[in-house]
Amino acid sequence: MSQKLPTSEEYKYGFVTEIETETVKKGLTEDTIRAISTKKNEPEWMLQYRLKAFELWKTMEEPTWADLRYPKIDYQDIVYYSAPKKAVEKQSLDEVDPELLKTFERLGIPLTEQKRISGVAVDAVFDSVSIGTTHKEELKRHGVVFCSISEAIHTHPELVKKYLGSVVPTSDNFFSALNAAVFTDGSFVYIPKGVRCPLDLSTYFRINASETGQFERTLIVADEGSFVNYLEGCTAPQRDENQLHAAVVELIALDNAEIKYSTVQNWYTGDKEGRGGIYNFVTKRGKCQGKNSKISWTQIESGSAITWKYPSCILLGDGSQGAFYSVALTHDFMQADTGTKMIHIGKNTKSTILSKGISTGNSRNSYRGQVKIMPSAENARNYSQCDSMLVGPNAAANTYPYLEVKNKTATLEHEATTSRISEDQLFYLQSRGLDKEAAISMLVNGFCKDVFKQLPLEFSVEAVKLIEMKLENSVG
Amino acid sequence: MALLEVKNLHAVVETADGSEKPVLKGLNLTVNPGEVHAIMGPNGSGKSTLSKVIAGHPDYKVTSGDVRYEINFQMKNLLEMDPDVRAKEGVFLAFQYPIEVPGVSNEVFLRTSFNAICKHQGIEEMSEEAFAKFLKAKMEIVEMNPKFLERGVNVGFSGGEKKRNEILQMAVLSPRLSFLDETDSGLDIDALRIVANGVNRLRNSDNAVVLVTHYQRLLDYIVPDFVHVLADGKIVESGDKTLAKKLEEKGYDWLLG
Repeated sequence: MSQKLPTSEEYKYGFVTEIETETVKKGLTEDTIRAISTKKNEPEWMLQYRLKAFELWKTMEEPTWADLRYPKIDYQDIVYYSAPKKAVEKQSLDEVDPELLKTFERLGIPLTEQKRISGVAVDAVFDSVSIGTTHKEELKRHGVVFCSISEAIHTHPELVKKYLGSVVPTSDNFFSALNAAVFTDGSFVYIPKGVRCPLDLSTYFRINASETGQFERTLIVADEGSFVNYLEGCTAPQRDENQLHAAVVELIALDNAEIKYSTVQNWYTGDKEGRGGIYNFVTKRGKCQGKNSKISWTQIESGSAITWKYPSCILLGDGSQGAFYSVALTHDFMQADTGTKMIHIGKNTKSTILSKGISTGNSRNSYRGQVKIMPSAENARNYSQCDSMLVGPNAAANTYPYLEVKNKTATLEHEATTSRISEDQLFYLQSRGLDKEAAISMLVNGFCKDVFKQLPLEFSVEAVKLIEMKLENSVG
Repeated sequence: MALLEVKNLHAVVETADGSEKPVLKGLNLTVNPGEVHAIMGPNGSGKSTLSKVIAGHPDYKVTSGDVRYEINFQMKNLLEMDPDVRAKEGVFLAFQYPIEVPGVSNEVFLRTSFNAICKHQGIEEMSEEAFAKFLKAKMEIVEMNPKFLERGVNVGFSGGEKKRNEILQMAVLSPRLSFLDETDSGLDIDALRIVANGVNRLRNSDNAVVLVTHYQRLLDYIVPDFVHVLADGKIVESGDKTLAKKLEEKGYDWLLG
């Protein structure tokens, strides 16, 4: 009962104090990193990992090759840690600050015992911390570990040490180095040998505090012969300032394991004039380490002012398979530069790329993808299809496919189309009684169908609704 | 009371160089419930244009004249309505070149369209199951294979299949006024018979059909009450079905002077 809403007096004074107590001072120095590590009560090896990353980051340059235009980010003007005081160290989700529960409930993610969604276990991350994970007991019975990465550092250090940075090394890029230095929370998943995860696992990321960056770190390990369906959602409130989300997600699939990773990204996009919105610089990569392992990335990218994101697969194990299914919708002044890398190393490896970009308003939407066939990859196969749809006269779409083939036995197919919603298509649907919005929505849904059907059913329904809502607001 | 009254209709279309080209130049036409009209005429005379203007295609601009359509016993200005509102009020255009809608199954499309119209008319919308049953019966009218329901709207359909699909839409939406724009072109004789039978089965004393066609042969199957000749943007001759026979024999030259 101590978790009731604070009284107005508490709220009036206590609130500011709470924020101060739970926020690390703006800016990024070694002290910031030490402070984060201390707050999280981390072991020394984790602190050293961070400090090493920070040293490296200081020597690196922000990448400029993407088709994105934005003012220089001031990394000293960001708060790197912000946690609602009442969120930390709770025994059960029912004890969490009702305001937080209410927030997630409004986002369609009920967390409490009575209300939580059956069939899906959720880890809820609010600003810099996980506020809890549902269905823990049930998962535990199957040996599945699903918790925040902060918790895993304490409870499963051997797994974290072994795999953290094994797919996306600190040195990979500017943002991965930054993330390694300052990441605060994210999810950790371990599926033991031969276990088909009995529930879908899901992490919901919420940015709430102003001037704060979110540095998510997620690590998923699927041991031999296991299977997991993982879903990720994200939102942030509407603000005039830009906020940074720089995440690193690593997936590891051992022999015959399969990971399906789906994202519905709905960060705040900025307003109609392009003010505000999240800068989303994300490194996601999966390693099909074992033979016949499979990793698929399905993403619905409908948010953020800027998206810089290339969920990729390293196909190391013989017979392993990678897939990337993507819908990226940009509107108003949004910019997205997104795609994938498929790196074929093992024999008989196979990858599929299906990308659908929709640009409306003044937005820019680029697909950037690489297929690399290494000399060792006998009989590798890739199929890529990249389609762009333009709505209105001012939107832009680009496709940048890169191919690097070092083994002659490879088979690659690439198709790309750019279309504009034609007056004739719209008129046809309108002449059958659909108003303009419904007609556009039908055309776009048809365009994206092959990607939507890769999502779990519930998610797919949500994705369709989300895209429809975005179109309604941006076309008219 | 007439179903449709077109009076002194003038319309223009924007050409590639940005100038406006007159396409309808004072067209008059009255269609009453229960009637079948055929509109014939040489290429480029404005036949397809008339259908598109009635349905509200955005490429055409009406510069003067009047198009009135009966709604609840009142003649309403059709030109003020958006294309979807016209459809919801029972105006239907079977396209000369039906448009492909990739990724949207025919069944979903038909149901969405049907329910949008029901909603507008204050009729209860149909559930998926009820609609599937309803649709099955309609499919038989145009002898269509159920496998077409799964496929994307008009995607990969042959010319004849697309035309049949248009008539299926007409059967599902039960419009009061249908313009069939060269629905017979590109059909082999069997398909023509199926399409014509379909249209005949959908006719009743409350609805009307306007056939835009080049060929007399369609009119052997769907017998019109009136035949009009459209030339240079207006109707230059009207008559009964014998006019079509005469055109078949003599061509248009005798009318064009």
